Amino acid sequence: MAIEKTPRNLMNEQDPQVRAHNFSEVALGYTPEQAMAEAKRCLQCKNAPCRKGCPVSVRIPEMMQAVAEGDFDKAGEIVKSTNSLPSVCGRVCPQEEQCEKFCLRSRIDEPVAIGAVERFVGDYLLSKNAKPQKVESKGYRVAVVGSGPASITCAAELQKNGVQVTVYEAFHKAGGVLTYGIPEFRLPKSLVKSEIDTVLALGAEIEFNTVVGKTITIDELLEENDAVFIGSGAGLPSFMGIPGENNNGVYSANEYLTRVNLMGAYKSDSVTPVQKGKNVAVIGAGNVAMDAARTALRMGADKVSIIYRRGREEMPARKDEIHHAEQEGINFMLLTNPVEMIGENGWVKGLKCVKMELGEPDASGRRRPVAIKDSEFIVDADMVIVALGTTPNPLIKDSCNELATNPKGTLIVDEGMMTSVENVYAGGDAVTGAATVILAMGAGRKASETILKKLGIIE
Amino acid sequence: MNKIITKRRLASNVCEYVVYAPRVAKKAKPGMFIILRADEEGERIPFTICDYSTEEGTVTILVQEVGYSTAKLALIPEGGYIHDFVGPLGKPTDLSEFSRICLVGGGIGTAVIYPQAKYLNSIGKPADVIVGARNKSLIMYEDEFKASAKELFLTTDDGSYIRKGFVTDVLRENLDKGLYDCVMAVGPMPMMRAVCNLTKEYGIKTVVSMNPVMVDGTGMCGGCRIKVGGQIKYACVDGPEFDGHEIDWAEAMNRLGAYKEKEEETYCRLTGEKE
Repeated sequence: MAIEKTPRNLMNEQDPQVRAHNFSEVALGYTPEQAMAEAKRCLQCKNAPCRKGCPVSVRIPEMMQAVAEGDFDKAGEIVKSTNSLPSVCGRVCPQEEQCEKFCLRSRIDEPVAIGAVERFVGDYLLSKNAKPQKVESKGYRVAVVGSGPASITCAAELQKNGVQVTVYEAFHKAGGVLTYGIPEFRLPKSLVKSEIDTVLALGAEIEFNTVVGKTITIDELLEENDAVFIGSGAGLPSFMGIPGENNNGVYSANEYLTRVNLMGAYKSDSVTPVQKGKNVAVIGAGNVAMDAARTALRMGADKVSIIYRRGREEMPARKDEIHHAEQEGINFMLLTNPVEMIGENGWVKGLKCVKMELGEPDASGRRRPVAIKDSEFIVDADMVIVALGTTPNPLIKDSCNELATNPKGTLIVDEGMMTSVENVYAGGDAVTGAATVILAMGAGRKASETILKKLGIIE
Repeated sequence: MNKIITKRRLASNVCEYVVYAPRVAKKAKPGMFIILRADEEGERIPFTICDYSTEEGTVTILVQEVGYSTAKLALIPEGGYIHDFVGPLGKPTDLSEFSRICLVGGGIGTAVIYPQAKYLNSIGKPADVIVGARNKSLIMYEDEFKASAKELFLTTDDGSYIRKGFVTDVLRENLDKGLYDCVMAVGPMPMMRAVCNLTKEYGIKTVVSMNPVMVDGTGMCGGCRIKVGGQIKYACVDGPEFDGHEIDWAEAMNRLGAYKEKEEETYCRLTGEKE
């Protein structure tokens, strides 16, 4: 029997011209009817290839079935059994490279919009404000370092199995990159807080303003706990190392986004200062670069340009994010590489750039950009944001010499996410370098399984 | 939330806060710093640890009221609470390879050299201390320094107390006598730069404590970056202390002024001085 072609149900979005000037969410989410219609597109494949693409193995066909039947509570139970942060994942996962990439429906028309349905289910659960059932403690304790996606996932899985977790967070708010990094218009902070609060309601404790490696050491945590999980995130922002980079008005994306998101500089009554550039250049073309560029636009810039040394095909950001940025009027200057930041009276005034062309593929498999001779030109900019990734933070490693790291400085772990130190586990960007939210969550989940096995709680 | 155990005014624009923060006190060492937020909406601002007591679980900081956030902090009375208090951050001072040390403090920099003076005295290597201030009312910790310094030299810009002049005047005389193998200078950037220019002539190692603009204090934002010996260093994790002869002072001073206008604007909102 031939399956009738039905196009993907698209979420409504704020008009690009309007949203470029506000911090409200871009995509508005499904109505129940849209969610049910989309879920009905699922072919209910027996071997569920979509699940193999999901780092936390969400039981996708079962979730789709429940949504298709309008039983959103059941769908919620199914998704929460392996994913503690569905509202977050539904928004920021690169589904096109994960679950949806393996969706067999794409052979007929288009893959099922798994992310959008997951988002609907997550938001439904939050709207019901249901508190999870606490599990009786089995007498074990685990310390979790950081409260980003890896840590929160690990904490949730442990706590669900009766292990008492204490989360140590350096900042005054929970969420890690979900809170300081990803902007409000892509991931509302109230939602991040609600989803984390639901995890904490399982019984996990959280200590803010605690910098592990400084306020308390890994060794001290080991004395009081059966295991430690390190999910401390990426770390020091990378700069280009070109002249003029320390002029005022030059930010790392981390600093810019932290000032705007975590410290709330986007609110008119905020006391946290942030530069409000009118003509902004963002260097880099990953998701963080897109976030920074779109944030600068919303902060009142007249013109925002993404400057990237490779071509369109090589941009590491999600297609969706690039598309959204283009819709909002972000200017893309590709095959362009800054060689100097020009200052005037201590403030950045522009970038001296060279034109690039693509040569032979390099180690990353992407064609290596090569400067074109005598192609220098000036790009005016009164603010520059450098979004070129991060290198690992040495803070925890420096306080615990036995923790082995690779030459790049990231923590080395085995298949079960254990570090070189017995009973110390790690996952997320601290291990991989800057990567995605969902990969961090997958690592947190994996580590929790190893810990639970070691403690004899699961087999 | 951290309780302010005692609060006293040391100078017309400087208060000393003794804050209950047992975990910070347990790990504190001279040269390290903390980051606080006065209230729920406050900025994150760094302060060097001035003193600490593991037994009492307290950490002492000196706060100069220079803008909105510090003025907001000054409104919290003794017995009140500071919303967030994180630390200790940065690397501790290490002067172990030197034996004839001079500590130079200007203004609020006194807060940084005091724990060092106390520490050096406790290990039997008391240091000379030179403290400078604009006038007599801004001199802090005189008695405390007398108790821990080998010799204390005081200067005031206007001559209202002890000796008229600058810390560099005294330092030059003492350097001429060949008294030191290391100088540690902490204070406003122009003062630290002046000291470094002077000690460079004598080839004397000089350590300074930098206080750039910071957000997280854990190496995440890069806002505190400083060029040292041509390399980018992060004051929060690589410092805050650096070899003063290696610092690009012009750049560091420029970066410190990045938010001056915005700070004044919010400060005026608090004091009602300007619209």
